[in-house]
Amino acid sequence: MTGRHKRPRLAVWKFASCDGCQLSLLDCEDEILALAEAVDIAYFPEATRSEISGHYDISLVEGSITTAHDAVRIQEVRRRSTKLIVIGACATSGGIQALRNFSDVKEYTRIVYARPDYIETLATSTPISDHVRVDFELRGCPINKHQLVEVLGAFLVGRRPATPAHSVCVECKLKGNACVMVAHDAPCLGPVTHAGCGALCPSYNRGCYGCFGPKETPNAPALSAKLSELGMDQRALARLYSTFNANADAFRQESERHDQDGQG
Amino acid sequence: MAEQRVITAEGLQQLIAILAGEGRRVIAPTVRDDVIIYDDIESIDDLPLGVTDVQGPGSYRLVDAPEAEYFGFVVGPHAWKKFLHAPQIELWRAQREGGGVNIHAADIYAERAAFIGVRACELAAIAIQDRVLTGGQHVDAHYKMRRDHALLIAVNCSKAGGSCFCASMETGPAATGGFDLALTELKTAQDHLFLVDVGSSAGQALMDQISSRAATAQEHNAAQAQVEHTTESMGRSMPAGVNTPQLMADNLLHPRWQEVATRCLSCANCTMVCPTCFCTTVDDVSDLAGERYARERRWDSCFTMDFSYLHGGGVRNSVASRYRQWMTHKLSTWVEQFGSSGCVGCGRCITWCPVGIDITEEVRAIAGVEAV
Ligand code: SF4
Ligand code: SF4
Ligand code: SF4
Ligand code: SF4
Repeated sequence: MTGRHKRPRLAVWKFASCDGCQLSLLDCEDEILALAEAVDIAYFPEATRSEISGHYDISLVEGSITTAHDAVRIQEVRRRSTKLIVIGACATSGGIQALRNFSDVKEYTRIVYARPDYIETLATSTPISDHVRVDFELRGCPINKHQLVEVLGAFLVGRRPATPAHSVCVECKLKGNACVMVAHDAPCLGPVTHAGCGALCPSYNRGCYGCFGPKETPNAPALSAKLSELGMDQRALARLYSTFNANADAFRQESERHDQDGQG
Repeated sequence: MAEQRVITAEGLQQLIAILAGEGRRVIAPTVRDDVIIYDDIESIDDLPLGVTDVQGPGSYRLVDAPEAEYFGFVVGPHAWKKFLHAPQIELWRAQREGGGVNIHAADIYAERAAFIGVRACELAAIAIQDRVLTGGQHVDAHYKMRRDHALLIAVNCSKAGGSCFCASMETGPAATGGFDLALTELKTAQDHLFLVDVGSSAGQALMDQISSRAATAQEHNAAQAQVEHTTESMGRSMPAGVNTPQLMADNLLHPRWQEVATRCLSCANCTMVCPTCFCTTVDDVSDLAGERYARERRWDSCFTMDFSYLHGGGVRNSVASRYRQWMTHKLSTWVEQFGSSGCVGCGRCITWCPVGIDITEEVRAIAGVEAV
């Protein structure tokens, strides 16, 4: 490092999530030293309000908003951040825990916890962008570590990150994969899913599960028509769209369209 | 055309060995995960002997063939552009050095390659990409280098696929030029032969090293009959008697564009598998320290939003406008730009469209409504 500039301060914040996306950061073995040289990292796993101090040039936010406390805390994080980058399906769409948005959360807590009265939670799990302005959304469940390095590298020099919003199919073709849906009748969400994983599942002859959420201009009803031809019934279709990005608009609308019995 | 020669399967194996011996990458159809793709082969045993493909809109299946032929199938998901117009390359990189910035252009480098099993439609597609990428004022040096170092060994199709319509595009099924050698596989109960047409001095030099004999009149006729049979059994066709370029130009506001947009996923598969689509985009990448930069190029498609991004947003926001861009470029504006259709009738965009949208059917729909 040349020491030309004062190192930017970077904070990592956790909301409701599994920590998988933060782990992607630690998983950047090759880049972690370069990152530590490029930025001054302040790490706040589940920080309580009293621990928040100072101002951050870049904040990475993982997780969704599921409690009243977190809804307040994210406002504070926003106030203290010049750039706020949200990472992962929880932060960008509400995550798998947004399945609660489709049901009665009280019923869930009664089933899961011995003392449901100890549980204080909101009825919904919502993306960070529902609460504060975000400067960039990095998709994925979990995020792709190469894309994380790309986004940080881009913000550090002030250029646009290369995280295209087109279909997974484009990545599939760049890799030379034969389409598993055409060749093997494997149901694949690739045509409606945001690129970023490098077509991981189709590269192993499986259909895409939609981990990166809806792509730009998705046409889920047209894909569902094809999937029904492949033998998926209404219930299976409703479930297919109700995973890590269940609350993302295009996936939510499509699962609701096929959800006849209200069970997803 | 010069005299046709005849070689056996052993002769074909000899040819592969000679090409490899010259230090060439030998690339040919081969089976991977129940699909015939193009990849490196070591011997004739890597060819898809005795299998054939059943293709239709949005559907591809590999099945046992009635005849044990080496080339008894048609084109698959790969096109030769994968090797000539690579999906992803680095164009240049830059590095901060001693207070300045040094820029290094990427090496323009090509392995010597031999493509075996290039079909007539693919020869036509390569000729089109030659025109697009090397024909004008701005030559794509990467493409040119790879193209100059590739030998093309064609195969005349012994059957037509369910999505094929080269006959109506006048690009096949017989290879008529642009190859170094062209093979016609003749499999009978008694014999397994390849008729060979020589198309270049490089092809002749190869034939000089392989044991061959002159073709008989009977063999010559059998090869012709086979190609004629293929012509007659095309799975699809572009409607005859329609001036497609004009049809497209006259129907830019046709309701069919809106209708097809309800089915189209804007997934870009059709453009990625098309052997003539050539569009690329570039990404600039930098490392965390801001010390190293690179400009990378990758295939792009007119089905993405970024493709038409101008200041403030994309121009082709509706899927209808993007499908229309693809089809009118292939069939109409390409003619103005490059002097030929951008479609060679290979059928890939039909087979590999996940929802089976068929360019010939879309032309019929537009032409049909107009005729009323
Ligand atoms: S396998 Fe899936 S992601 Fe790949 S091209 Fe087919 S539909 Fe698209
Ligand atoms: S059809 Fe689209 S992707 Fe293909 S060459 Fe034309 S503009 Fe490019
Ligand atoms: S438009 Fe379709 S049929 Fe025509 S050359 Fe391209 S992929 Fe082949
Ligand atoms: S025509 Fe088919 S392959 Fe092309 S973008 Fe539309 S759905 Fe995808």
